[in-house]
Amino acid sequence: MNFDFSDDAKALREQARRFLDERATTKVARTQMAADSPYDTMLWTQVVELGWTAARVPEAMGGLGLGGDEACVLAEEIGRSLAPVPFMSTLLATEALVLVGTEEQQTRWLGGFAEGALIGCVGWGEGDAASPARAGAKVTGDRITGIKVPVPDLMAADVALVSAQGPDGVQLYVIDLSDPGVTREAADTIDLVRRHGRLTLTNAPCAPLGTPDTYHEWLDRAAILTSFEALGTASAAMAMAIGYAKERTAFGQKIGRYQGVKHKCADMYIKLELARAHALHGAWAMQDGAAELRQAAAAARVASLDALAYCAEENLQIHGGTGFTWDSDCQFYYRRNRAIVAALGSKTWWSDRLVRALERRNALAA
Amino acid sequence: MDFNDTPQEAEYRTKVRAWIDANIGEFRDVPDTMDRADFVARSKRWQTKKYEAGFTGITWPKAFGGQGLGPMNQIVFNQEESRFHAPTELFSIGLGMCIPTVFSHGSQALIDRYVAKALSGEEVWCQLFSEPVAGSDLAGIRTKAVKDGDDWVIDGQKVWTTNAHLSDFGIIVCRTDPSKPKHKGLTMFIVDMHAPGVEARPLKQMSGGSDFNEVFFTGVRVADSHRVGAEGDGWKVALTTLMNERLAVGGKPRHAPGYATLLDMAKRVQRDDGAAIEAADVRQRIAATYIADEGIKLTQMRALSALSKGEMPGPESSIAKVVVAKTMQDMAAFALDLSESGGFVTGAETDPDVARLQGSYLWSAGLRIAGGTDEILRNIIAERVLGLPGDLRPDKDLPFNAAA
Repeated sequence: MNFDFSDDAKALREQARRFLDERATTKVARTQMAADSPYDTMLWTQVVELGWTAARVPEAMGGLGLGGDEACVLAEEIGRSLAPVPFMSTLLATEALVLVGTEEQQTRWLGGFAEGALIGCVGWGEGDAASPARAGAKVTGDRITGIKVPVPDLMAADVALVSAQGPDGVQLYVIDLSDPGVTREAADTIDLVRRHGRLTLTNAPCAPLGTPDTYHEWLDRAAILTSFEALGTASAAMAMAIGYAKERTAFGQKIGRYQGVKHKCADMYIKLELARAHALHGAWAMQDGAAELRQAAAAARVASLDALAYCAEENLQIHGGTGFTWDSDCQFYYRRNRAIVAALGSKTWWSDRLVRALERRNALAA
Repeated sequence: MDFNDTPQEAEYRTKVRAWIDANIGEFRDVPDTMDRADFVARSKRWQTKKYEAGFTGITWPKAFGGQGLGPMNQIVFNQEESRFHAPTELFSIGLGMCIPTVFSHGSQALIDRYVAKALSGEEVWCQLFSEPVAGSDLAGIRTKAVKDGDDWVIDGQKVWTTNAHLSDFGIIVCRTDPSKPKHKGLTMFIVDMHAPGVEARPLKQMSGGSDFNEVFFTGVRVADSHRVGAEGDGWKVALTTLMNERLAVGGKPRHAPGYATLLDMAKRVQRDDGAAIEAADVRQRIAATYIADEGIKLTQMRALSALSKGEMPGPESSIAKVVVAKTMQDMAAFALDLSESGGFVTGAETDPDVARLQGSYLWSAGLRIAGGTDEILRNIIAERVLGLPGDLRPDKDLPFNAAA
């Protein structure tokens, strides 16, 4: 049995962590809050040079052709560092194109992702659209009309993959953001570091990417990748809480000595390790194309959102008044939690999807 | 990543499976009607068979009568054995906790006398640690052992002792020097459970059953040769036992209801606005139960994976019991809520699933305490895994007999 990442993936994780610890501190996130550019272009150039955007791109398209394991560890480290670069967006777009893109679509976009000439993003949200399974945006022939908001990294991107109602149901479509009929503007969100946008499509050209079924297969993969991102962010929030609990004194002793504080930290660890177990299961199911992929992906998503919300909220609580100031880094995790929820749907929606997968499996077993 | 056996594991599994299939016979199930004497005799017969075939003490050093194999061999054996309901419980404490303590800290004479007979199933063991005044704060025990010539004389009371009434021997931690601080004045002994002055009384639990005992010691004589470890080293010796206990108490009880039971029940139960399974709160709860139960199973897979590679499992294994016990309680309470007043009525007409959930609800209250309370386990995670400072313990360095 080997229920763990490969040695190669672990080595990549160490390399990524060292690089980001040095280069993508929370100071970088703070600077980004006030920046004009939608992302840190210098840092992005370095990320591209390290080959991270090429990792999942097939070798024939100019990429490295690495497996899902490598994508998962990179997502976790990006999540830990809060690095203000469009990495997750480009990775999720890459995953969809690799999964079901036509040769023409892959050739058009993937090589550009690998060498950093192009940036991708994905968007399902429509303001108050209630779930990733539904869409108000509508496709007629090869034209699309609708509004997608919030779309992460939209203002940085060259191509957007969006969900829309097609002739066979809701699925992904490829939008070249330089086409006529496409307008975009910045959209303010709770997360002040990761920029989002509003994409207005007015009879804009679009091309189907896969089918409604493959849209759901992509959602599974995206759920696993974002669960690793969430794990990384949650781990950083937990580390910050523990660091403070060891150093802050109240009533004559370190606050980490009080059970009211230390038990919160223990609960952070418990939720994180449960989430990590499910995320690893998801990574395995993704790599093996296992029958339980849907259930593993939904469980990874639910468990990681649960861990992230708890770690982000209780980290701030443990910091007390200091944590509620603008100058504290607690807000980055507290706000990023909402961005990661918004990126792919809430715990409620994914819990429902998990139970549907369990019902289906039980029906098959009966 | 893969969940398959290595070639060595597969080879061992084939060998184990063939042996179990050929020998399981009468041991494949435990009939409900079996009385205690039959249960003990049968448990011993199965243990003896395993012993003779070389499937006991799988990970123990050969010098102590073990097979000298790795932890994965033990796990493979357990997995194969658990395809049946073979009677193994009687020996889990002795072989899981007591005997490893004996061969880690006991004299060669004790090892020679006791290890083989425990392995072969001839002698049954229990662990005598907790007391009415010392549970979470185990080092506060008061049962005393006083030196008298070459013997020690033990007086006091132990509690929560599994199988004391069925045991031949026990390991007992006693206070031998009350003038020392609490952790320093303890010593471990082997006590003969049939000796004069030992009385085991079943302890009735709030759940109704009697799975444990209170054990009273009145002037019980133990030879100094039956001391395990040095005088005053009892705490260090006890920690060896407890490390093994937390591993043993870690998982969900084998036949306890889980998310699948909740799912089935939610399909049958009708609420005012339709089947319960359609309700969002019910689906959230099923998902939460799945996340916890399967999360622990997968965490155990991570530990197995480390063992399979010859590495030590990571600290994440420490989350198992604290998650399992509370999940069991919450899930059972929710399921009883779902069945409304029907979940409250007990007896022969109660639906079997509901009856199991009622049992689970009562038992989980004990599981949250046994082998380390939820609170102690959170302290352990916070202090040993996360490195937070320990609780203040004002009595730690005071002489035991001077502390409050």
